[in-house]
Amino acid sequence: MSTAVAPVAAHSLTLRQLRPFYGKRLAVHAVDLNLPANQITAIIGPSGCGKSTVLRCLNRMHEAIEGARVEGTVLLDDEDLYQPDLDPTLVRRKVGMVFQQPVVLRTRTIYENVAVGLRLAGVTARSELDATVEGALRAAALWDEVKEKLQMPATALSGGQQQRLSIARTIAVKPAVILFDEPCSALDPIATLKIEELLLELRQTFTIVIVTHNMQQAARISDQTAVFMVDQSGAPTGVLVEFDRTAQIFSQPGDSRTEDYISGRVG
Amino acid sequence: MATTSERPVALGNAWTRWFRHGDGLFAAIVALFSVLVVGLVFAVGVVTYLGSAEARAQFGAGFFTGIDWNPIETSIQAVTFGAWPAVRGTLLTSLIAVTLAAPVGIGIGIYLSELCPRSIRQPLSFMVELLAAIPSVIYGLWGVLVLLPFFTDVLANPIADSLGTIIPALAQPVGTGRGIIATGMILALMILPTISAITRDVLAVVPNTQREVMLALGATRWEVIWGAVLPYSRAGIVGGIMLGLGRALGETMAAVMIVGNTARISDSWFQPATTAASQIASELTNATSPLHESALIYLALTLFAITLTLNLAARILVAQLSRGAASSRF
Amino acid sequence: MSLRTGAPPNYARRRIIDRIMRALTVVATATAVVPLVLILGYVLVVGGSGLSVSFFTETYQAPLMGDFTDPTLVDPAVGAPEGGANPDDPYADLDLGALTGATPAEPTDGHGSIDLSQVSSGGGVLHGIVGTLLVTLVGLLLALPVGLLAGVFLAEYDNNWLATATRFCTDVLSGAPSIVIGVVAYILIVQQTRTFSGLAGSIAIALLMVPTITRTTEEILRLVPQTVREAAMGLGAPTWYTTFTVVIPTALTGIVTGVLLAFARGAGETAPLILTVLGNNTLSVNMLAPIAALPLLAYRYTESPFPTEIQLAWSTSFVLVVLVLFINIALRLATRSRLRGR
Ligand SMILES: Nc1ncnc2c1ncn2[C@@H]1O[C@H](COP(=O)(O)OP(=O)(O)OP(=O)(O)O)[C@@H](O)[C@H]1O
Ligand SMILES: [Mg+2]
Repeated sequence: MSTAVAPVAAHSLTLRQLRPFYGKRLAVHAVDLNLPANQITAIIGPSGCGKSTVLRCLNRMHEAIEGARVEGTVLLDDEDLYQPDLDPTLVRRKVGMVFQQPVVLRTRTIYENVAVGLRLAGVTARSELDATVEGALRAAALWDEVKEKLQMPATALSGGQQQRLSIARTIAVKPAVILFDEPCSALDPIATLKIEELLLELRQTFTIVIVTHNMQQAARISDQTAVFMVDQSGAPTGVLVEFDRTAQIFSQPGDSRTEDYISGRVG
Repeated sequence: MATTSERPVALGNAWTRWFRHGDGLFAAIVALFSVLVVGLVFAVGVVTYLGSAEARAQFGAGFFTGIDWNPIETSIQAVTFGAWPAVRGTLLTSLIAVTLAAPVGIGIGIYLSELCPRSIRQPLSFMVELLAAIPSVIYGLWGVLVLLPFFTDVLANPIADSLGTIIPALAQPVGTGRGIIATGMILALMILPTISAITRDVLAVVPNTQREVMLALGATRWEVIWGAVLPYSRAGIVGGIMLGLGRALGETMAAVMIVGNTARISDSWFQPATTAASQIASELTNATSPLHESALIYLALTLFAITLTLNLAARILVAQLSRGAASSRF
Repeated sequence: MSLRTGAPPNYARRRIIDRIMRALTVVATATAVVPLVLILGYVLVVGGSGLSVSFFTETYQAPLMGDFTDPTLVDPAVGAPEGGANPDDPYADLDLGALTGATPAEPTDGHGSIDLSQVSSGGGVLHGIVGTLLVTLVGLLLALPVGLLAGVFLAEYDNNWLATATRFCTDVLSGAPSIVIGVVAYILIVQQTRTFSGLAGSIAIALLMVPTITRTTEEILRLVPQTVREAAMGLGAPTWYTTFTVVIPTALTGIVTGVLLAFARGAGETAPLILTVLGNNTLSVNMLAPIAALPLLAYRYTESPFPTEIQLAWSTSFVLVVLVLFINIALRLATRSRLRGR
């Protein structure tokens, strides 16, 4: 682990009766979850069961969608992310997010793609920027590949590199928790493996939540797994059916739907 | 649909053959009309070029820097045509228009595309587009009868009495208010819809992921716009401004009714002046000599060349971004 | 570490900037909407208040002093306001006084004895309505075949150099200042025939309509699903037959609205008409002679020293604005219901 990204104190997330809505429509039945510090929690389930929706509630990105709102609470340690008058931008600084598609800010260089969060926070000192960018790129296992071309447009990188650049950008602002929404679904197996190794390293510094469609991936890297399904009684609504240690879920699932889902996919 | 295939069979042989092989002819006919459209543009260029031959031969490029425009010989001055008053008036009014309209138009585009509630987006867009649909003579009428009195009392005179004492361009006399600044303001209003609609359209094609990345880093809504959305669509916005500029340069009615139609150069921008378009509109039908006519046509040729260049550049910029989404509208 | 206390040091400033900039975009939008409402409001209220039956059924009447029995005629042409602001006055050589046997009075902008507000005038803009309809309709007839067929070409034979050139040229034509188009019509028609004419105006208007019709036709035809074409061609119909019997009828409403939009724009064009149709005070349907047009009347009357003629300018604008609004709103409703239907 690099020294530039100093390990931060452990932070846990707690979801209490979390109910995300799109307009009037409830997207997921009330969720209660405990995501312990410095662990990787995987969220799995069939398409449309609300994995992304729940994930986006954890850094208040959900409400960036017009008409979307949330009931219930999410605690970061013991602080309510949904307390009244709390600016969501402050939450998002503490809970970072990496998206499904690798996203680079198209008009910026590699360096500026990593530095953007610091610039928002008003950091202008060159030395501090340089050190943090390098630290974040090292932590994202990208430094050696890009150190010669930091001033090139970020669009020049490959998909896998762009995804690690996204991770570096998120690390650079030193969040407590990082959310990953299917970070490998657009990548080839080798790039995927690199990201997985990276996640295992990052776990020492951050609390990690990852949505994935890939059962093996969940089994390989996560400490615990939350399984969501679609409740078809009435309007399709997501529902949390099981949450346990990953080893437990994959060997002896407590819910028959989980078993069907895992065996159907893993075959 | 069945008749479509059976009808030719039922008809005579010649017709059938023609029916079957009509495609070549059809293609030729529609292509011919396309060629005609292309030809129209050439015609505009050629006709104004030939029509201005006399003036071009007599004045050459010096036409644009000549400061005297004297269609009628007097005891003190010979007949001569210098376009500088018109060129200056056109440039100043258009630049004032773009300076005023660009920030406002971009702001409208941002509000429509990024910030306004979805329920009022459509009606608001429509209202802004209506501004473009109002005939320009009505802008002129409203400008003369409503804006000018207001402008002289509330803006022009106070400014001329304060700032005007330091800056010659804003100095008295304001007079009736007819002049470069009033014209620039009306032109600004007229090009607002062009700039705002193009801004809105090019912002709409910015991928949402660019916004979400910034948001997820804890950026405010404005920082998302400033840091990700605007840089991404910069070329398209510049293109929109250029199209607006093109429209301002060639706009005739508002200018002819408000600028004062005086081919004279005054220090104060509140004073009557002229623009190329308004000079053509107000003088061509009663030109005093073939040279006078030719000089006015020379102005038209210049306007055409400038707007053609601007349009070409702007459309390349806009098309680069939106791949045709916004380009066909204007 | 609390969320609030952990905020970046520049947080308060950023929040304020965010608020200010977002508010500014609202202000910008208001900056466009307020003048729109003002312009439409003035035209609809002031212009609407001057409407009467005679406005639509009568033609120009020279303004009169006092009541209409007063034989003193005032010639509006003599009183061009603002030191030559109207040097191209077409009525300058028309002596109305001589025509009616009355003595024209000098309107004097307050320097003489006549109180301009006491000048009343009757009359209407029938000649302008007729002229605008004639000039614009003939223009539309000229532009329609060119625009439609070029649009068909663009939609059906894409991806060749001619299509690219045509698209570029429609862009250039629609971006060219309308006064330049007017100059071209002036040179080609007015100079050659040695007379201003409605036909010259129609040709100028047609040139301005062609790009609109071409591009809307292309766009609307593109909206016709490829499956519709393939269904017809699968039955053995050739392209031209499919285009005329299947594709164009399917897209007809769209094409018609596009044509109506072109008509509305054409009817409001003023600058090219100054150079071509010139204007006329009497009802005339002769397209080979100067003819009246609504936008020209709005322009001339705006420059009039007589309040009653300025009222006519507002009312003329009312007619133009209602035409434009009506067509635009109809178009908007039509396209919206079509989108909803799909
Ligand atoms: N922006 C939105 N507006 C309205 N409904 C939405 C929106 N986004 C998602 N939904 C609905 O919410 C439900 C959950 O969607 P979500 O994207 O969270 O599923 P997911 O589990 O992430 O699926 P996937 O595996 O395909 O990514 C779905 O029924 C979806 O239709
Ligand atoms: Mg998802």
